[in-house]
Amino acid sequence: MFAVIKDLIRYNAEFAIGLLLSSIIVLLALLSFFSPIDPTRVYSVLPDVPPSADFWFGTNSRGQDLFWQVTFALRNSLTFGLIVAVLSRVISITVGLLSGYLGGWVDRGLMFVNDIFVAVPVFPILVLFYFVLRDKLDSTMLALIMACMGWPFDARLIRSVTLGLKHREFTRHAVFAGMSTRKILLEEHLPYVMPIIFSTALANMIWSIGLEVTLAVLGFTDSNVPTIGTMLYWANKHSALVVGVWWWILIPVVFVVIMFVGLFLLAVSLNEYIDPRSRLRRMGA
Amino acid sequence: MRGYFWFVFRRILQLFAVIVGGISAAFFISHLSPISPVEQALARITSRSNFSPEAIEAMRSALTDLYGVNEPLLGQFVSFWRRALIGDFGPSLIAFPSPAMDLVMRALPWTLGLLATAIVIQWFVGNILGGLAGYYQKNRVLKAFGVVSMGLQPIPHYIVAFVLLIVFGFIWPIFPISGGFAMNVRFAFTPEFVLSVLQHAVLPAATLVLVGMGGWFLGMRALVSNIVTEDYVTYAELAGVNRNRIVGSYVIRNALVPQITALAMTLGGIFSGTVIVEVVFSYPGLGTLLVDAVEGGDYSLVLAVSTVAIAAVAVAIFIVDLLYPLLDPRVKVE
Repeated sequence: MFAVIKDLIRYNAEFAIGLLLSSIIVLLALLSFFSPIDPTRVYSVLPDVPPSADFWFGTNSRGQDLFWQVTFALRNSLTFGLIVAVLSRVISITVGLLSGYLGGWVDRGLMFVNDIFVAVPVFPILVLFYFVLRDKLDSTMLALIMACMGWPFDARLIRSVTLGLKHREFTRHAVFAGMSTRKILLEEHLPYVMPIIFSTALANMIWSIGLEVTLAVLGFTDSNVPTIGTMLYWANKHSALVVGVWWWILIPVVFVVIMFVGLFLLAVSLNEYIDPRSRLRRMGA
Repeated sequence: MRGYFWFVFRRILQLFAVIVGGISAAFFISHLSPISPVEQALARITSRSNFSPEAIEAMRSALTDLYGVNEPLLGQFVSFWRRALIGDFGPSLIAFPSPAMDLVMRALPWTLGLLATAIVIQWFVGNILGGLAGYYQKNRVLKAFGVVSMGLQPIPHYIVAFVLLIVFGFIWPIFPISGGFAMNVRFAFTPEFVLSVLQHAVLPAATLVLVGMGGWFLGMRALVSNIVTEDYVTYAELAGVNRNRIVGSYVIRNALVPQITALAMTLGGIFSGTVIVEVVFSYPGLGTLLVDAVEGGDYSLVLAVSTVAIAAVAVAIFIVDLLYPLLDPRVKVE
């Protein structure tokens, strides 16, 4: 495991940069556990102070220290992305493995449902959920809904890998040895699918956090919970740019860019690592 | 050719399933919620001024009548479908009494225009540049382009739109930042109007292209860099075929088919991006309408926009899906 990471850092600049950027984000998110202040409180410090030695990222018009706001925002956004990624992975693994291994009517039925989910535009559906649930739509609920929408692409990918595994000799051995289907899928096939699950999980996090930011900026989530999106929401509410509090906009935008580019580079380089052809080319073989 | 008709037939079935499934889902999401649309609208109306209890009761019964929520759910579902098929979603609240469908139909061309322009530009430019980058792997400019796409591609549409809005509307104001055309231009097919529409579309379209192009570029570059190791490319090079011809007719052509499939699969996502971009630039399309309707508590309008959006995206995916077997003779239509 560590040898793999060391190799990746040496031969793959994208992985190294991605790892660096993501580490910055994770470190900041972890700092929130040591925060001296409650992030939901307003007017706890002087409002509208530009970045300085006392307040590294400045303070906003609601009297909040942006540094600690950012740490909480990153933690909440990352947690949200992780919940969606884990839940939607469970659905996509189940559907992908079953569909690929069992084939026949199960496969056709599941892929039919899969295609419906691919074709439905997610954003209007999420807005619809907000419209009818209003305040009842907290981040757990939102994560659940997004997990139900975010699996079809990856299920198809896992299915295609399982299709290949199905006709390999070891599968036949397992069947003749009397292994149950559940055991074959979980113990024989799942390990082969694992690398794909990791890289698609990162892509899924980018997708879900991006949608969460968007919904939050429009004011369609709980605006009292600090996330990157709600920070921008409040900045817009207070017309930060017109008032001249530019750092209130700049700080969340900079960190959202760092977070997304970091996660994306990790996903891309892992993807490449999975495909041995491109890995060899990079190492100059 | 018979195979193709069979394929089209199956795709049509699927199209119907997507539309019926998606729209039914939209109906049930909005009707199984614990919050009554009547009480919501009532709270909104009565919060502005004082009404006598009788007046509130009268409004309540009128609104219940309007939304038809006193019927059992199944009856509502049937009548919803009967009316949806002829495009009747009832009057909208925020622009009472114009029918919700009229508002949607007025907004739809803006969204379609923006979406079509942005997709055509990002798909062609992204794929051509990506193909060239995969073939001429040492080219510095194309390499730099790859780095830029990696930086832009994962950023949410909202952030890119917002940054463009600040840069080109605030710091260096050269483009209009809100609306579909200038206020002082008459809505008619004149050169002045067209120019104004184009000017207003620059920033929204640029956002969609900037975010979307990277994906096509990176995908195409990966596809092409695998294809160039194939024997037939080496053979063509040894035979002295013009390099531009190799990259155009032999390499990119072969890699285009998976990219068309990818286009069909990402259309829903691009549509979601358009919704957000429209909101940022107050573009008079479906996205702005949807958010306005949500903020105004307009039940019929929200349902109308979602329904039309689901149907429109499904039809667009259907059209792209029908195209690709025609472009690639190797695809054996099942």
